[in-house]
Amino acid sequence: MSIILDKVSYLYGQGTSYEIMALKDISLKIDDNEFIGIIGHTGSGKSTLTQHLNGLIKATSGHIYVDGEDIYDDDYDMKKLRGNVGLVFQYPEHQLFETTVFDDVCFGPKNQGLDKKTVELRAFEALYNVGFPEELFYSSPFELSGGQKRRVAIAGVLAMKPKVLILDEPTAGLDPAGRDEIFDLLKKMQQELNMTIILVSHSMEDVANYVNRIIVMDKGQIMLDGKPREVFKYYRELEKMGLAAPQVTYLMHELRERNLDVDVDATTVEEAKISILKALGEI
Amino acid sequence: MNIIKAINLVHEYIKRDEDNNVSGITKALDDVSIEVKEGDFVAILGHNGSGKSTFAKHINALLSPTSGTLIVDGKDVLDPTKTLEIRKQAGMVFQNPDNQIIASVVEEDVGFGPENLGVQTEEIWKRVEKSLKTVGMTAYRHHSPNKLSGGQKQRVAIAGVVAMEPKCIILDEPTAMLDPNGRKEVIEAITELNKKKNITVILITHYMEEVINADFVYVMESGKVIMKGVPREIFSQVEELKKHRLDVPQITLLAHELKKSGLDIPDGILTREELINALLKVSQQ
Repeated sequence: MSIILDKVSYLYGQGTSYEIMALKDISLKIDDNEFIGIIGHTGSGKSTLTQHLNGLIKATSGHIYVDGEDIYDDDYDMKKLRGNVGLVFQYPEHQLFETTVFDDVCFGPKNQGLDKKTVELRAFEALYNVGFPEELFYSSPFELSGGQKRRVAIAGVLAMKPKVLILDEPTAGLDPAGRDEIFDLLKKMQQELNMTIILVSHSMEDVANYVNRIIVMDKGQIMLDGKPREVFKYYRELEKMGLAAPQVTYLMHELRERNLDVDVDATTVEEAKISILKALGEI
Repeated sequence: MNIIKAINLVHEYIKRDEDNNVSGITKALDDVSIEVKEGDFVAILGHNGSGKSTFAKHINALLSPTSGTLIVDGKDVLDPTKTLEIRKQAGMVFQNPDNQIIASVVEEDVGFGPENLGVQTEEIWKRVEKSLKTVGMTAYRHHSPNKLSGGQKQRVAIAGVVAMEPKCIILDEPTAMLDPNGRKEVIEAITELNKKKNITVILITHYMEEVINADFVYVMESGKVIMKGVPREIFSQVEELKKHRLDVPQITLLAHELKKSGLDIPDGILTREELINALLKVSQQ
């Protein structure tokens, strides 16, 4: 499913004295099966952008085309779009409400008007896909750990079988183990279920390890868009936006300044290791 | 002198079913012994559920130990006559800034703590002024807290605790919900308190980068202290940390990987500068 944004702008509080331009002339193309990280500091417009992608917010100007169709056309089926583009908000576990995990995951597909058998099958499949232990299917979602609750919340969206999954800071507040689990899960979903995953984050190091493409936002505009190693080349510009490149990027640049012939575009520990060993003639 | 001394601390959460029968016991703290020297910056690391927050809540007597002893500023937490005194000396800052701010103007929020302690009005304003200055929020004193960023809110929460003039501040994952800028602001404010005001800081976190400059580090898991030492000692045990699925700072991890590949690099590298120097030394050999 391809998504195209054509000069999308959005004003909060239009016509009032609190008017803020949250998005400014955003043009963007998202292809099938991408794994994208949207990065920016608080207030950069990244969450506003993601809420446009499933029609939760309507652009003040500009167009959004999903599979070639303009979603702002009068006869466009918004409900279908929301089924295709799943949105997982920040702290999604706050939205759990049912008495059992299984019922909670059933809620989404049930609302899509599917029959009971299909709903249950989908819930089962979704919980299986997020690696949730079967013995806990019928326990209360409120007795689970933070990481488990978040899996349940993600399964709830997954059960609606979206083609695109957008997650707003999916690892905020989780400990390192919980964070790795969620990232591994998203990678798996992208690769095995052929989904497009878009995540909003402010952790460069996490994003560098997982995504194929990074979109950097600042003041409602797209500042950089490309593969992690291309984006991190602009580490000085990133700093000015209140962001930072991974520690490794800085290290590699500093080594180069001291005349060690390393690859300054290395962004992960593994890449840096190989490059340093090569530069020192060890391999 | 030790401001906090925990000896064989145990805390059990007792789960009861509908008929009030005991249905399960969870040992959240299992024989924990921790000492904190006055004026130190001590970090406690661990996963969610490792017991670190339970321990923190013991320090200002929000929770009582099932067994064991905990002395805070020379007072036993089990002595109910000392509870208020202990809470004056040990201030807490929690994870979510939105849950801790109650007033509609920043300076009033900061004044809430000392007012509750019965401090004179004139003295309260002096303290508010000083505390806001310490955390760098003086410019926002007449603002509404809900218009502030996460990092700013958290600094207001810290100022509120500082205004009570405690000897010791316990921060329970104060940066977990903040973006990198906010995290930096808060850590700088805490470091300032520790260095300039000589307030003892106990920082509970799972961000390893934040503990590099601590005086001492405890690592907890399943209610037990599993590692302790100065940061360099802790970070030189990369395999051990990884086994417990804790994060190792990228630079430390890279240094460790390079060493494993045969480079002559010392253990426990914490900063870029250290790694660069070690690598330049190798390249000159």
